[in-house]
Amino acid sequence: MRTLRLGWFRIGYELRLYFRQGDSVFFTFLFPILMLSVFAVAFSTSPNIGAPPDGSGGITWAAFYVPGMVAAGMLLSGVQNLGVDIAGEKGDGTLKRLGGIPLPVFSYFCGKIGMVLASSVLQVTLLLLVARFAFNVPMPQGADKWFTFAWVFLFGVITSCVLGIALSALPRTGKSATAVVIPIVLLLQFISGVYLNFAQLPGWLQNFASIFPLKWMAQGMRAVFLPRSFEAMEPGGAWNLGLVALVMGVWLVAGLLLCRFTFRWIRRDG
Amino acid sequence: MTPMNPGAPPVLVRKLSKSYGGANAVDGVSFEIQEGETFALLGPNGAGKSTTIEILEGYRDRSSGEVSVLGADPAHAGLDWKARLGIVLQSSGESGNVTVLEQLTHFARYYPKPRSVGEVIEAVGLAGKAKTRISKLSGGQRRRVDVALGIIGRPELLFLDEPTTGFDPEARRQFWALIGQLKAEGTTILLTTHYLDEAATLADRAGVIVGGKLVDIGGIDEIGGAQAKVPIVRWRQAGVGHSQRTAEPSALAARLYAEAGGEVEALDISRPSLEDIYLNLVGAGAVADPADQEVEA
Repeated sequence: MRTLRLGWFRIGYELRLYFRQGDSVFFTFLFPILMLSVFAVAFSTSPNIGAPPDGSGGITWAAFYVPGMVAAGMLLSGVQNLGVDIAGEKGDGTLKRLGGIPLPVFSYFCGKIGMVLASSVLQVTLLLLVARFAFNVPMPQGADKWFTFAWVFLFGVITSCVLGIALSALPRTGKSATAVVIPIVLLLQFISGVYLNFAQLPGWLQNFASIFPLKWMAQGMRAVFLPRSFEAMEPGGAWNLGLVALVMGVWLVAGLLLCRFTFRWIRRDG
Repeated sequence: MTPMNPGAPPVLVRKLSKSYGGANAVDGVSFEIQEGETFALLGPNGAGKSTTIEILEGYRDRSSGEVSVLGADPAHAGLDWKARLGIVLQSSGESGNVTVLEQLTHFARYYPKPRSVGEVIEAVGLAGKAKTRISKLSGGQRRRVDVALGIIGRPELLFLDEPTTGFDPEARRQFWALIGQLKAEGTTILLTTHYLDEAATLADRAGVIVGGKLVDIGGIDEIGGAQAKVPIVRWRQAGVGHSQRTAEPSALAARLYAEAGGEVEALDISRPSLEDIYLNLVGAGAVADPADQEVEA
């Protein structure tokens, strides 16, 4: 009970700190919205994607990029944000201080995950508002679509958070954290169907990307935001939501185990 | 559950050693601190003070020896144990995007019986800065926030690792008064410091650690042994400096006066301060154990 109560206090504290940090708000919070705007504007005069040869129907490029940007936001808020944030806190002595007070590790994690959940809900809301009203992207219709959206989103963000916490053990100093974390998430975004159309990647690259969770988050979001006619373009010819849940689940468990065994308030000595 | 040992003194250290890759950072250190006592650990940089204190705080594992802090082994102690400690670390470099008041209010929540946030802010002299973000404070003011965070939980045992580094003289006096208040309330304190006047003012007892070894331990008046307190008489004769240690400096001075048939050139009689004694101990330790010095360098 105390652990959860303190976790709740931590969420408020972490959120306050997060939004006072101008650079992280800009790079992780607004990044997917900026990227969507760039793609939507860049391709605004291109013909619709998925249209038959006569040029009718299909969807705009803005609409095509929405699921990828939602998935990128999930990954950035969790993996990039927490990976850099926690490595920084380890480097500047914040964690050492926390390690000396009666704060359960789990409460600290709750604070981080809660902070990411709250900020990423806000982030995706803004992203969808921009998509809908600035770029005229139609929103999914029907409760079943929104139910899929909710579970893929929550599951994906929590998995990202856990992986971010696990990844924070990797950088040797707080200063090197961005250099370690950003290339990983950037590469994943390029091979997982965020910036590039996943269906057009070579088969071996698709298979490689399928090892990592971002590909599945993006696929889950495509199932929500893209019309049925796009399902055939998926590698298996189907949205495969069961597999989306399975792969994210495996990564979640692996991440939890990594956190359990690698997280320390201070670097191990000697 | 942590095994508790209610009869033990708050801090008990027996033959504590810590080695890093073969080199001993701490080498067979033993001491204890009684309830309500303030104990100062003195020594040059790299002597092993911080390693010792961080083992007691539970941050580092020891290589060998026995350690009991508030009746528990710090290597296996839990959150209830941490709630009874106050820790002021040697350095802190947090980004500090919270105000002094927010930070203390938040940290107070972790403890079962915290002090009043307002009183603590007042006590560390930051009343005028309560609504200022920590990142906007000066180095000395941030250090006071560290101290405030260390005492907010009403600790039974307070660790102060070089607490007044970066303080101006006035702030240091204020800090001493605050520690005096904590002592009066019965807080047990372990202090490391570079300032010998600080140790002389605050501590009841002190240990001097050089090259990982405890070279002396005792009451502040006893450090260095009785011999160390013997006054030194210095003078010049025919351009050559002389010095002699004697328990009867006036008699020596009178004899010199008689021999010189007048004023003795550059006569000086002084009693070694804690600082002199300390420097003597540290110097002797360095000579006695050159291998350790090399490791520390």
